[in-house]
Amino acid sequence: MKYLRTNDLKMLAFALVLFAVLQGLITGRVLNSFWQLNILIVGINIIMSVSLNLINGYTGQFSLGHAGFMAVGAYTAVVLTTNFHVAFLPALLAGAAAAGFLGFLIGLPTLRLRGDYLAIATLGLGEIIRIVIMNIDHVGGAAGFKGIPHKTTFVWVFFIMLFTLFFIKNFVNSKPGRACIAIRENEIAAEAMGVNTTKYKVMAFTIGAAFAGIAGGLFAQCFYLINPLSFTFMQSFNYLIMVVLGGLGSITGSIAGAFVVTFLSAALASWPEFRMIIYALALIFLMMKRPQGLFGYMEITNHGIFRKILKGGRKHA
Amino acid sequence: MDVTQLVQQLINGISLGSIYALIALGYTMIYGIIKLINFAHGDIYMVGAYIGFFSITAAHLGIFPSLLISMIVTGGLGMVIEKLAYKPLRNAPRISVLITAIGVSFFLECTSMYFVSPTPRTFPPVFENVAFHVGPFIVNSQQLLIFGITIVLMLLLTYIVERTKTGKAMRAASYDVETAQLMGIDSDRIISFTFGIGSALAAAAGVLVGVYYNSIDPLMGIMPGVKAFVAAVLGGIGILPGAVVGGLILGVVEALVSGFISSTFRDAAAFAILILVLLFKPTGIFGKNVREKV
Amino acid sequence: MPETKTDPVLLKAENVSMVFGGLKAVSDFNFHINRGELVGLIGPNGAGKTTAFNMFTGVYRPTTGEITLDGKSIVGMKPYQITKRGIARTFQNIRLFSELTVLENVKIAFHDRIKYSLAEAVLRVGRYLKEEEAIEEQALKLLSIFHLEKQADEKAKNLPYGAQRRLEIARALAAKPKLLLLDEPAAGMNPQETNELTEMIRWIRKEFGLTVLLIEHDMSLVMGLCERIYVLEYGTIIAEGTPEVIQKNPEVIRAYLGGED
Repeated sequence: MKYLRTNDLKMLAFALVLFAVLQGLITGRVLNSFWQLNILIVGINIIMSVSLNLINGYTGQFSLGHAGFMAVGAYTAVVLTTNFHVAFLPALLAGAAAAGFLGFLIGLPTLRLRGDYLAIATLGLGEIIRIVIMNIDHVGGAAGFKGIPHKTTFVWVFFIMLFTLFFIKNFVNSKPGRACIAIRENEIAAEAMGVNTTKYKVMAFTIGAAFAGIAGGLFAQCFYLINPLSFTFMQSFNYLIMVVLGGLGSITGSIAGAFVVTFLSAALASWPEFRMIIYALALIFLMMKRPQGLFGYMEITNHGIFRKILKGGRKHA
Repeated sequence: MDVTQLVQQLINGISLGSIYALIALGYTMIYGIIKLINFAHGDIYMVGAYIGFFSITAAHLGIFPSLLISMIVTGGLGMVIEKLAYKPLRNAPRISVLITAIGVSFFLECTSMYFVSPTPRTFPPVFENVAFHVGPFIVNSQQLLIFGITIVLMLLLTYIVERTKTGKAMRAASYDVETAQLMGIDSDRIISFTFGIGSALAAAAGVLVGVYYNSIDPLMGIMPGVKAFVAAVLGGIGILPGAVVGGLILGVVEALVSGFISSTFRDAAAFAILILVLLFKPTGIFGKNVREKV
Repeated sequence: MPETKTDPVLLKAENVSMVFGGLKAVSDFNFHINRGELVGLIGPNGAGKTTAFNMFTGVYRPTTGEITLDGKSIVGMKPYQITKRGIARTFQNIRLFSELTVLENVKIAFHDRIKYSLAEAVLRVGRYLKEEEAIEEQALKLLSIFHLEKQADEKAKNLPYGAQRRLEIARALAAKPKLLLLDEPAAGMNPQETNELTEMIRWIRKEFGLTVLLIEHDMSLVMGLCERIYVLEYGTIIAEGTPEVIQKNPEVIRAYLGGED
C-alpha cells in the first residue's frame, strides 16, 4: 500500500502549486481587498464544511450547531491574543481544544438521540452557547468583541485548511473512520461487528467541533470586531447547505460547496434577499433532483485525470 | 418572591403559551403523519400575521374577518407548499425532506423581505385594549382575546379530529400511513388536509401575536417556530393535548425566567428545557417508548 | 487455536426470560451449545427465536436468568463487547452497509484486530500501511471463499439477494468469532442456492474451527445440517435432540402441523 503515501505526496505537490499561484495573485495585488478577504473566507468555510461533513456526512449524525463551536473557538482565540498577548498558533489551538472539549461534553449525552431529535438538540445547544457568550460582559456581550489584532493571513488559512483536508481524508480511510461510516450505514450492524458506536460518534463530533474551533479563531482574526450574531443557527444552516450542496460524505463535495456558497454570496452581496431566495430555491430543487448533492459519495481523486496521475490500488484516497 | 408578581407572570405566560400551543399543534400533527420537522412552520405563522395585517390595513376589515381570511389563505398556502415541496419527496430519506423544509423556510423569509420589506410593521390597534383589575391582578382584553380564540380553535380541532370522518382518517394515518392507505384512506388528501389545518392554526397565532405585541417582521417566525417545536417535543410529539400542555408550560417558564432572572436568558430557557426533555424523556410528557425491531 | 479448557460448553443460557411490557417473549429458556457443535433453533413464527439471538448478542438484556460464554457471564454487555468476546451474527432482515463496497463491508468487521492509533492513521505512518495491507488481503481471501471476489468493488446494495446473504456471513467471519449465529441464512434462496449454502456452512465450520447456531425455517437445511436441534414454541423450549428424535417428537409435529402456523 505504498501507493497511498505516493499519492499523498502528489496531492501535496498539487496543493503547493495552487498555493504559489494564489499567493502570487495576492502579493502581486491582482486581487483587490474584497476578493482577498473572500479567499480567506473560502478557506475557513472549507474547514467548516469538511469538519461538519465528518459529523453529518460520514457518521450520519445530524448536527445543526456547528456555528456554536465556531463561536467558542473564535472567542477563546481572540481573548487569548488580544487580552493575554498569546501568539497566534497557540491561541488557535487553544480555541480548537476548547471547542473540541465542549463538543465532547455535549456529544456524550446528546448523541444517543437519533435523526431529527439530534438536529433540534444541537440547534438548541448552539444557540445556548451563543446566548451564554452574549451574556459575558468580559467579551463584550451583545455588542461584540472589539480591537482584535488582524492576524489571519492567507498562508495560515491555506496550510491549516490543507492540514484539515488531509486529516479528515486519512481519518475516513482508516479504522476509526470506517467505524463512523459503518454507523451511518447501519448502526445495529456496526455494533454487531464490534464497533463501539457511542465512542466513535463522540469521536467524530469532538474532532468536527475542534476543527470548527480552529476555523472560528481564523475567522475572528480576519476582522476588527466579532459579534455573537455571526454565530446564530442561521450560520449553522449555511454550513449545512455547503455540505449538502456538495454531497454528504464527499470531501470534494464539501470543498465545492464552500466555494459555490461563498462566491455566490460574495457576488450577490448587494442583493441579500435575492441571494437567499436563490439559495432557498437551489436547496429545494437539489433535494428533488439530486438529493445526494453534486458529488454524492464520490471523490474527484477517483476519476478522470486524477485517476491517471494517482496510480495503484483499488481506490485513491 | 412577590405572589402578586408571580401570578401576573403566570397570566402573561399563559397568553404567550397559548400562542406557542397553536403553533405547536401544527408541528405535532405534521410530524405525527409524515415524521417531518417542518422548519418552515414558524414562517407560515409569519405569513399569517402579514395576511392579517394587510386585511386590516388595506382592506379595512375588523379583527375577526381578518383572522378568518388569514387562516383560510395561509391554510391554502400550507397545502400548496406541501404539494410542491414535500410531496415529491414522499419516499426520499428524511434528511432530504428536512433540508427541503429549511429551504422552504428561507424562501418564505426572503420572499417576504423582498415584497413587504425587512422593516418591522406596527400592527394597527384594531382591538381596544382594556385592562381589567381582578383584585391585585391585571388581565387585559387582548389576553382574554388570545385565551378565547385559542380555546375555540382547540375545541374545533378536537371536534374535527375526534368526530369527523376526515379526523378519523388523520388519526389512522398518524398511526401508520401505509396501513391506512391499504384501508382505503387517500393518504395524500389527508396529509394535505393536515398541512392546511396546521397552517391555519399557525396563522391564527400570527394574527394574535400581531395584536398582542403590535409589531411584526419577516423574521418573527424563526424563534417561535423553534420554540413551538420544543413545546411539541415537551408534550410528546404527535400527541395533540401534548402540544397544548407543552406550549403552556413553555410560555409560563419563559415568562418566569424573563420576569425573575433576565429576559436575555428567555430563549436559553426554552432550549435548556428541550435538552433536558430529550435527555431524560425523549418521548415527552405524554409519549410512549418505541424501539427499533432488530 | 488449541483448546486448553476442559469445559466443552461454549455458550449456556440458564432460566432466561425476556418480557416486553407484560408480554413474555421467552421464558424458562435453558440452552447450551458445545464447542464445535452445529445446532439449529427452530419453531413457528413469533416463537422467540430471534429474541433469543438478540439476547445472546446483547441487543436485548434478558429480564431474568444467566447467559455465559466460556463460563463467563455476558448479561448486560453491549453488543460490541460481546463481539469482542467471540460471538458474531447475521440478521434475518439483511443489514449490510449498503452504500459501501463489498470489500469495505468486510473490512469494517476487522475493527477489533486493527492496532494502529488515530495519529498513525491520520499521518499514515507506523503500523497504518502494513495493517491496512494485511486486512485488505485477508478480506479478499474471505470474499473468494464466498465467491464474491469479482464483486469486491461493487456496492453491497447492488448484489443479488443470495450474494447479500453470503456477504453477511463473510462479514461476520471477518470479526473472527468462536460462535457464529446465523439468523435464517437460507431465507429467500432457491433450492440450489440452499444446497450450496449448506455445503458452505459445513466447510467454514471445519476450516475456521467454528461453533455454529442457526435459526431456520427450511426444514431440509436444518435436518440435513444440524447435529442437535432445539424447538421453541411460545417462548419456551418444547423439544431438544438430534434431527431423528425431533422429527418423531409428537409435540413438535403438533406445533408445526396442528398449530395455526
